[in-house]
Amino acid sequence: MLLIHCPHCDEARPEIEFAHGGEAHVARPLRPAEMDDAAWGRFLFFRANPKGMHAERWRHAHGCQRFFNVLRDTRTDEIAASYLTGAPRPDLPSAPRPDPEAAAAAPSRPEA
Amino acid sequence: MARFSARALIANALTGNRGWTPHWPDAEPKAAYDVVVVGAGAHGLGAAYYLAKEHGLTNVAVIDKGWLGGGNTGRNTTIIRSNYLYDESARLYDHSVKLWENLSQELNYNVMFSQRGVMMLAHSVHDVQSFRRHISANRANGVDNEWLTPAQAQAYCPPLSIAPDARYPVMGAALQRRGGVARHDAVAWGYARGAAERGVDIIQNCPVLAIRRDAQGRVEGVDTAKGFIRAKKVAVSAAGHSSVLMESAGVRMPLESYPLQALVSEPIKPVFPCVTMSNSVHAYISQSDKGELVIGAGTDAYTSYTQRGGLHILEHTLAAICEIFPVFSRLRMLRSWGGIVDVTPDRSPILGLTPVAGLFVNCGWGTGGFKATPGAAHVLAHTVATGAPHPINAPFTLERFTTGRLIDEAAAAAVAH
Amino acid sequence: MTAARVAGYGRIDRSRKLGFTFDGRTHLGHPGDTLASALLADDVMLMGRSYKYHRPRGPVTAGSEEPNALVGVDRGPGRYTPNLRATTIEIHDGLKAESQNHFPSLKWDFGAVNDMMSPLFAAGFYYKTFMWPKSFWRRVYEPVIRQAAGLGRPPKAADPDLYADRYAHCDVLVVGAGAAGLAAAEAAAISGAKVMLVDEQAEPGGALLAEIRVEIDDAPAQGWLAARLAALNARANVTVLARTTAIGLYHQNLVGLVQRLTDHLAEPPEGAPRERLWRVRAKQVVLAQGAIERPLVFDGNDRPGVMLADAARTYLTRYGVRVGAKPVVVTAHDWAWGAAVEMARAGASPVVVDARDTVSSALLAEAQALGVEALTGWTVTATHGRLRVKGVTANPVRGAHVGAGRRLPADAVLMSGGWTPTLHLHSHVGSPIAWAAEREAFLPAQTAKGVRVAGAGAGAETWADALGEGAQAGAAAAADAGFDAAARVYAVSEGLKPTGRRMKEMASHLPSSRQRAFVDFQNDVTAKDIRLAVQEGFRSIEHVKRYTTSGMATDQGKLSNINALTIAADALDKEPPQVGLTTFRPPYTPTTFGALAGHAKGKLFQPTRRTPIDPWAEANGAVFEPVSQWRRAWWFPRKGESMHEAVLRECAATRERVGLFDASTLGKIEVVGPDAAEFLERIYTNPWRKLGVGRCRYGLMLGEDGFIRDDGVIGRVAEDRFHVTTTTGGAPRVLAHMEDYLQTEFTDLRVWLTSVTEQWAVIALNGPRARDVIAPFVEGQDLAPEAFPHMSLAECRVCGVPARLMRVSFTGELGFEVNVPARHGRAVWEALWAEAQKHDGLAYGTETMHVLRAEKGYIIVGQDTDGTVTPDDAGIGWAVGKAKADFVGKRSLARPDLIARGRKQLVGLAVEGATPLEEGMQLVDDPAQPVPMTCVGHVTSSYRSAALGRPIALALVENGRARMGETLHAPDPALGPGGARSAVICSPVFYDPEGARLDA
Repeated sequence: MLLIHCPHCDEARPEIEFAHGGEAHVARPLRPAEMDDAAWGRFLFFRANPKGMHAERWRHAHGCQRFFNVLRDTRTDEIAASYLTGAPRPDLPSAPRPDPEAAAAAPSRPEA
Repeated sequence: MARFSARALIANALTGNRGWTPHWPDAEPKAAYDVVVVGAGAHGLGAAYYLAKEHGLTNVAVIDKGWLGGGNTGRNTTIIRSNYLYDESARLYDHSVKLWENLSQELNYNVMFSQRGVMMLAHSVHDVQSFRRHISANRANGVDNEWLTPAQAQAYCPPLSIAPDARYPVMGAALQRRGGVARHDAVAWGYARGAAERGVDIIQNCPVLAIRRDAQGRVEGVDTAKGFIRAKKVAVSAAGHSSVLMESAGVRMPLESYPLQALVSEPIKPVFPCVTMSNSVHAYISQSDKGELVIGAGTDAYTSYTQRGGLHILEHTLAAICEIFPVFSRLRMLRSWGGIVDVTPDRSPILGLTPVAGLFVNCGWGTGGFKATPGAAHVLAHTVATGAPHPINAPFTLERFTTGRLIDEAAAAAVAH
Repeated sequence: MTAARVAGYGRIDRSRKLGFTFDGRTHLGHPGDTLASALLADDVMLMGRSYKYHRPRGPVTAGSEEPNALVGVDRGPGRYTPNLRATTIEIHDGLKAESQNHFPSLKWDFGAVNDMMSPLFAAGFYYKTFMWPKSFWRRVYEPVIRQAAGLGRPPKAADPDLYADRYAHCDVLVVGAGAAGLAAAEAAAISGAKVMLVDEQAEPGGALLAEIRVEIDDAPAQGWLAARLAALNARANVTVLARTTAIGLYHQNLVGLVQRLTDHLAEPPEGAPRERLWRVRAKQVVLAQGAIERPLVFDGNDRPGVMLADAARTYLTRYGVRVGAKPVVVTAHDWAWGAAVEMARAGASPVVVDARDTVSSALLAEAQALGVEALTGWTVTATHGRLRVKGVTANPVRGAHVGAGRRLPADAVLMSGGWTPTLHLHSHVGSPIAWAAEREAFLPAQTAKGVRVAGAGAGAETWADALGEGAQAGAAAAADAGFDAAARVYAVSEGLKPTGRRMKEMASHLPSSRQRAFVDFQNDVTAKDIRLAVQEGFRSIEHVKRYTTSGMATDQGKLSNINALTIAADALDKEPPQVGLTTFRPPYTPTTFGALAGHAKGKLFQPTRRTPIDPWAEANGAVFEPVSQWRRAWWFPRKGESMHEAVLRECAATRERVGLFDASTLGKIEVVGPDAAEFLERIYTNPWRKLGVGRCRYGLMLGEDGFIRDDGVIGRVAEDRFHVTTTTGGAPRVLAHMEDYLQTEFTDLRVWLTSVTEQWAVIALNGPRARDVIAPFVEGQDLAPEAFPHMSLAECRVCGVPARLMRVSFTGELGFEVNVPARHGRAVWEALWAEAQKHDGLAYGTETMHVLRAEKGYIIVGQDTDGTVTPDDAGIGWAVGKAKADFVGKRSLARPDLIARGRKQLVGLAVEGATPLEEGMQLVDDPAQPVPMTCVGHVTSSYRSAALGRPIALALVENGRARMGETLHAPDPALGPGGARSAVICSPVFYDPEGARLDA
C-alpha cells in the first residue's frame, strides 16, 4: 500500500484513501468536434505506460476529494513528487537503479 | 528427442533415469531469422510452435529477457473457460479450449488440462440477468454454459456457502463444464520442446532493447543485449512489457500495465473439485493437483512494473474467500506473488497486424490471457505466416480504438444499478 | 528410552504438568514446551509423513522453518487446523494433535508404496505420462494423484473464531527479538523513538533463548536477556510483541504482522480474537531475522532422528530434552561441534563426523576432554533404521576416494552445513542480494529506503557482532527518524568465530542415482532430482525449482533453497549466483486466511447501507435484494404469496390507487454555484441553462466514449442550485466523474459539488390517488395540476418538516417524490403510509418499480444498457441537446462504429404465450438455423404485466426500430431441442403511450 502525500491536505496518507485517476497532463481537447477519429481515439484510449517515471493523477477520495498529480517510478513504485493539478510536471529523472533490462544475461529472479 | 510415454518412464526408472535429454537446447542467436518472436511465455513459444508445425517456418527465434515461462505464464491461476458474451470473444476462446482438449497429446507433454468445470456465482438480480444473457449467447454460439440453482451450485462445489442471509447470498451460478485448469509451466515447456524439436531457436536471458525499422518503415530486426538480430518479421508477445517494446518501433499501444497478485494456500487433501469465480465479491479459486488452493486476487489501482502489489489487495481477496467459503478461514496463505498485466480499454486483446509492415503483436490480455494461450498462439502464427489475420483474430485489431468497434466484455457485464 | 528430559537444562516450568494427546495417546509436558519438545521428551521421534513418498519423518528443526513435523490440531467443531508445525505449537492442557498424510496410521502407511517406486516418480515424471487414453487424465489419473497429494485434511465446518486487525505507526520497527534485534530496539528506544519489537516465537530472545554458555555484559546470556526485556517493556515508547510474525514488507515500510492471541491458551476467553493482523507503517525498519541452519545432503538424511545440530542443542538447552543418547554429529561447520559438546555434557556419547580434513585444535581439544570421538575427513554414506535412525555408515575420504564404511550406532544424527542468512522481508520489496563468496552465502547488497538488515541476517557470526551491528542499525534508524541516538558496545565472552564450508552432496561411494539424499524434505526432492532437472535442460534455479518442486513446500525453501542451488550449480559447473538468485515471496510463514480477512466477515464483510425506512420495510415483511452496497425492499409478500403474485398485486394497486416506494437509495448530488447550469450543460447531454427554477428535467450522462453511464432527474432549486439524482449504484462514480471534470478540465467554472444521498430520505408516491395521499401533509405549495405540473420541484414542508417535493414519475402514473431530511424519513413515511391506507394503497418494492417503468419503456441504466449503448440505441436520442456545441461524450457519438447502420436499438417485445421471456435471452430470426446461430439481439427486461395482462419485454435488437411488427425468436433449451419462444417487435411504451396518466 503506497503512502501518498496529498498536497492539498499536506499529509502523507495510505493509498486506500485515494482513487487512482490515470495518466496526468492529458488535457481534454478544447474543440473535440474538429478532431478526426484517429486523434480523438488517441485522446480517449492511448495513455503513457512508461517503465520509469510516470506522472499520474490521484484523487483524495476519502479525504479532501481533490485531484492532484504524483510522479512515481513504475520500476520501484517510489514516489518522487506530488503536486497540484495544473502545475507543470517537475523535471525529475528516474531514480538511478541498475536496470536489469540493460544488462546482458541478467540472472533471473525466481518467483513463486 | 525421445518421446515421453509410460514405457519410456519405466525404462528410464530401471536405468537410473540416465536416458533423459534436455527438453529444449539453449540456443545462441544467429545473425538473422525469418521470424523473431519477442517473449518466451507460452503465447510466444506457442506461436513459434505453430509457425514451425503448421506453416513450415522453422528459421524462427523466440527471445526472452529472462527464463522462458517466467512471466505471466508462470504466475497466473490457470483458469480456462470460453463462456464469453460476444461472438468474437467466444470464437477466440472456444478455439483455444478446443486446442487445450488435445494439447497434451499434441505436444507429447502432459499439460494436465483438467476440465473440472468453471462455475461463476451470481450474487444479485443484476448478476442473474447478466449470467443468463451469457448462457443464452454461449449456447447460440455452441459454447456450453448452464444455469445452476444455489443448491446445485453447492452440490457441484461443496465448500460453497449458500446461506440466504449472507451479505451477498448466492442466487445461482453459471457453469461451463468444459472449463477448467492446466499446469502453467508445462504449457510453456511443452511448446518450447515442440518448437525446439522443429528447429526453433529459444534464446533466454537476452533482453530485446528495441525493434528496429528500415528506411521504408518496415521491420528489419531487433536490438538485443547480445547484439542486433535481423528478422523479416517480428511478433511481440511480451504481456506487460508490450507497450514499451512497441513504442521502440514507433507504435503507441492503448495499454496500461498493472500489478496482479495471486496466492496459494498450504496443501490439503482434495476439498475443492472445480473452479469457482465470483466477480461481484472478487473471489477466484481452484485447488491444484498438489492440494494447494490457488486464489486469484485483484489488480492494484496503479500501473507498475514491480511485480508486487499491496497487502490490502490480498486482505480483500481473502475476506471474499472466507465469506463465500467460511470453512477455509483457518487455512493458511503459503505464498503470494505478483505479475504485470497489460490491459486495454475494452479488456480484450490486440492480436495480429500492426501499422508497421512485418510487425505483429499479441497483447492486452489483462488478467485472462492464459486460457487463450493455444488459440491466440495458433491464430497469431497464421497471421505472421500469411500476412493476413485468421478470421478468428480479425476483429481484435488496433483500429477498433479509432472506430469505436470495441469488444467490451467488461462493459457488457455492466455495473450494478 | 533414548531421548529424555535432562535435569538442570531448559526454560520450561517443571513444576507444572500439562496433559495433551498426539494421535489419541496422552502425553505430559511442561509450560514452555512446544509440541515437538514435549513429544521428544516422551521419546516420540516419528511425527509425520512426507508429501510424495510418504516416508516416515521426525522434526528436523526447532522452529518455524520445520518441513516435516506437521500436525493437525483439533479444538472442536470448525476449529480443526491442518499443517501446523509441531515445533512451534505451544502445548496447553487438553491440546489434541494428530499426525497427517497417512493411511491407516502414522506407523503403517500404505502410501509408502510410492517410496518403493521412487525411480518411477523422479522429478517431473507426471509431465511425461498419464496422457493415454486421453479421457483418463480427468477421470482416473488426476483423482488418484489428487488424493495422494495434499497434506492435512481440510476443515469441515465454518470457522467460528474471530480475527482482529488494526493499524499502528512507529519510528523504528525491529523484526526479530534475538540479539541483534534487542540491541537495535534498545539503541532506538533510548533515543526516545517510538519502537516496536516483534518476534514470531512465544517469547522474545531468538537464539539467545537457547544460549547457556555465553556471558553478555558480565551476565549469563539468559539473565542478560531477561533484564534487557524487562527494561524495554518498562519503557512507554516501546511495544514488544511476541507470537507475532512479520509476514511481509511492503511499499514504503508498511509491514504486515500477524499476532497469535489464543491458540496457546487452554481456555481462550469467550469472544477473544484468535489472531490479529497489524499493519504497521514504520519510518524505519530494522530486519534482524537471524539465520537458518543448513541441512547436509546424504543418503538417508531424512530418517526420523536426523535433525539440525542447532535444533538438537536447542531442544537440550531451551527445553531440557536430550534428543539422543548416542548422537552422531555430521558436519562441515564448527557450529555443530558446540552441539556435540553440549550433548556430551548432558550425558550423551556423541561421535563427530566432519567432512573437513582439519578442524581447529581448540574444537578437537574440547571434544576430546569430554570423550567425544571425532572423525575428521570422513563422510556419511547411509543411515539405518525405519521409523527412527539406528545407525549411520561413516567412511573416510581421501581425495576423491571414499573408503570402507564403518557402522556407527546412533539414535540421533545431528547435521550442520553452516548458516543461511534470513533475508525474506528484505527480498519482499525487491531489494537485491549478492553472493558473498567468502561467506558462501547471499547477503543484502542494497537495502530499500528506510530499511536496515542486522545480525545473522546481515552475516554476523558471533554474538558480539550481532549485538554490535544491531545496536548500530537501531541507532542509525532512530537517527534517520529524527532522534539523537548512539550505539553502545556490548562485552561478550565467547569462543572463536565458527567457520565451515558449504557442501553439495556429501561424498559417497554410491552414484547419485542410488542415493536417497533429500534436499527438500517435505516435497521429497532428492539431490538426484535436482541433477536430473539439470540433465533435462532446466538451467535456472527457477526452472529447477518448478520442475522438481524443491523449495515449494510449506517451508518455502527455508531449508532447501541453498542446497538445491549448490547442487544445481555443481551440475552446471557454475557459481551459485550464475544459476539464479533466491527471491522470497510473502508471507514469511504460512498465514491464516481469517487473519488477513480480519473483521470483514459476515455482516461486516461489507457495510450494508440501509435507508431510514428500512426498519419499517423489515417490520412489514419485505423481502430484500442487495443492490450495490444497499439492501432494498424487493417486494412485500402477503401470507402464502409467491413473488409474482405479490408483484402483480403491488402493480395493480399502484396503477389503480396509490403505492409508496422507498427511493432513498437514489444517489443525490447538490450542484451549487454561479456556473452550476453551465457545468451541467457540459456534463449531461441535455440543455440546462433555460431550465426554470422549480422545474425538473431528465438528465442523461455519457462517458467520454459516448456510451450511457448514468441518468436521473435533475431539479433546479435556485438559479445557482441543482438537485441532481443518480442511479442507486452510480452515485459515487457520478460524483467522481463530476469532480474530475470540475477540478481538472472545467476549472473556469465556479461550482461546488456535495454528495447528499444520505441527507435526504426519498418517498415516491405513485398512482391516481397520490395527490390525495400527500396533500394533507404539504404546507407552502399548491399541489393543483396547473400550480404544480409534472416535472415541478418545490421547497416546502411535508408533515411539518422541510422538504423538497418533486412531481416526477418513474411509473407513468401521477407521481410525487418527497425528499425530507433523513432523520424524519421514517416518520414521514409512516404518516403517508397511514394516509395511503385510507385509499387502499400499499407499499411496493423494487420489483414492482421495475415492472411499472418497463410498461412505460423507461430504461434502467445497467440493465437495458450495458456500457456499449448510445442514447440513440436506447431510444432516448431526444435527451441529447442537438444545439449544444460540446458535452462529455459528444464527439464520440460521431465515431464510425457509433453511427454505423445495424446497431442494436431498444424496442418492446409483445411476447407470445403466458410466461415471460427470460432476461438475457438471445434473439434470432430463424430458430431452426444451425449453431453457431446469428443473434440479432437480446432481452434486457422481462416481466408479467398486470396492466396489460400478458408478459412484456424490452430488448436490444439490430435495426429494431425499423422492424416493428416482425417476429423474433428466443431459443429456449427448456422447450427441448430447437425449441424457441416467439415475440413481436413493438414500441417499448406498452402502457398509456400518450402519457395522459402523468398529467392526472
